[in-house]
Amino acid sequence: MADKNNLIVYCEYEDGKVADVSLELLTKGRQLADKLGIKLEAVVAGDNLKDIEKQIFPYGVDTIYKVEDARLYPYTSLPHSSILINLFKEIEPRIAFMGATSIGRDLGPRVSSALHSGLTADCTSLEIGDYTDAKTGTEYKDLLYQIRPAFGGNIVATIVNPECRPQMATVREGVMKKEVRDSNYTGKVVDLKASDYTSPEDFVVNIIDRHVEKSKVNLKGSPIIVAGGYGVGSKENFELLQQLADTLGAEVGASRAAVDAGWVEHERQIGQTGVTVRPKLYIACGISGQIQHIAGMQDSSLIISINSDPNAPINTIADVVITGKVEDVLPKLIKYYKKNSK
Amino acid sequence: MSLNIIVLAKQVPDTRNVGKDAMKADGTVNRAALPAIFNPEDLNALEQALKLKDMYPGTKVTLLTMGPGRAAEIIREGLYRGADDGVVLSDRAFAGSDTLATSYALATAVRKIGNFDLIIGGRQAIDGDTAQVGPQIAEKLGLPQVTYAEDIIKAENGKVTVKRRIEAGVETVTAPYPLVITVNGSADDCRPRNAKATMKYKYAAAPSEVAADEAKKELLDKKPYLRIGEWSAADVDADLAQCGLAGSPTKVKGIENVVFTAKEARNVEPTDEALEDLIKELIANHTIG
Repeated sequence: MADKNNLIVYCEYEDGKVADVSLELLTKGRQLADKLGIKLEAVVAGDNLKDIEKQIFPYGVDTIYKVEDARLYPYTSLPHSSILINLFKEIEPRIAFMGATSIGRDLGPRVSSALHSGLTADCTSLEIGDYTDAKTGTEYKDLLYQIRPAFGGNIVATIVNPECRPQMATVREGVMKKEVRDSNYTGKVVDLKASDYTSPEDFVVNIIDRHVEKSKVNLKGSPIIVAGGYGVGSKENFELLQQLADTLGAEVGASRAAVDAGWVEHERQIGQTGVTVRPKLYIACGISGQIQHIAGMQDSSLIISINSDPNAPINTIADVVITGKVEDVLPKLIKYYKKNSK
Repeated sequence: MSLNIIVLAKQVPDTRNVGKDAMKADGTVNRAALPAIFNPEDLNALEQALKLKDMYPGTKVTLLTMGPGRAAEIIREGLYRGADDGVVLSDRAFAGSDTLATSYALATAVRKIGNFDLIIGGRQAIDGDTAQVGPQIAEKLGLPQVTYAEDIIKAENGKVTVKRRIEAGVETVTAPYPLVITVNGSADDCRPRNAKATMKYKYAAAPSEVAADEAKKELLDKKPYLRIGEWSAADVDADLAQCGLAGSPTKVKGIENVVFTAKEARNVEPTDEALEDLIKELIANHTIG
């Protein structure tokens, strides 16, 4: 099977569907593979993978490595790691991507440690470019630029792996765009036997209970988001955001500072280390606008910033700026919406 | 039945308030310029260890951290809250480590500590948010791992039962120990300082912290439990080629302060009239309603 030096995406699979984040990575992978003149590959491990290629090929995938075994679903760390480690030793990918999910962030580091390859977590952008080592003067052509926020989102760093392969990166769901390359695209399927890539000792972790709790929060799907930051000032004031959200049929979001302050649940965090959103209307209440937050909401169609500080950084990307206190402005918005909406 | 638990902890710069001098030209963090705190999820990890200590009397909780000498501050904090011992792994050779080189160094220190059943750490640290060090240490030590733990329910007869919090919901798993567990921020908060422990460990220190103070040095000799372990790369027999910048496959090519495209914003006064007009406008153009 010695088709080496390609770009491979680890695809997650649940309830008969390939995860969105994996399809987003295939889309990005196809673009980069074209640029490098290499093939795009996918690897998927699990149970009941019957028609999975139909979902994967349209993204421009040339080879699918399929490992089907009842013991591979639900995901556990060791067998999936062993599959990737052993497969990567064989096919020596140049680049490998996985979702920055609880699976990808569990699997990626383990694989990178075993292969001594570099891994960059939660990339927000992936590009191809050259690199010169400042110390040795060695030039490297066509490396993967793994671009990610660092330091709580206060800066953005470009990371490269000059020597080690594969160059590995994880990306959160919703950061890259998902786009079918060609609905008739086909490649080859390579069926692998789990027993060739795992050992019996890999199956020591047993899942004794698993219940799906659908998140009550649906930030990504909400056309209107009312988000609060540290400037909201208190948990009580966050209630006002909820009232406005209920009135408008919106979802409540938050910046990291508000989550860290304990005013709102973690799953509502918007930004590079939370959810990336693109709603029709984004109402930012008391959010100063750190890069880490702005990067997760700047593509909103209309941004209204309510802040007592007229110089809050978020105001530079807002469409409408209301300089005032959140607790004064929100009740008025609620009142006038109720008055005018019939 | 008692357990030996190693808790991995990191002293991190408080990234919630970062100034412009926070990064050095080579892309590494200028730690000296920032207030340092106990990484929040490592406190969640410590709580899980202390809870197990309550459940299984005789359990020993040892904190392990890597960082500059001042990282002994978080070991002291851990002792005040109920940990039994602590080690700071500190050496210039570790400077500039990426996650892989960090895991390598910590794995060597874990081997030196030796006797352990569980290694528990926070899922990730707030200065990097990578969540990579836990699984990488597990791999380096050839151990299983359970990440995203919310509750370590029990550890008996060689098996742990752990509740995990993942996107899809909640999963309960059993796994044999020794193993590595990383704990989510959704787990219980860490208990506060214990008054008795705080008294007992008030003068706990790493030798380098008291090097200039004869009286305090003497105290460490007289009461060995006050001595916070301080290990260098040589002490843990680390291969220098795998440490620090040399042992890091990832390199920082560059860092940028991102400038977002500024828009011309319209200012709306917070008056009743102006806000009502805004609402009417948003309803009229079908943004809301």
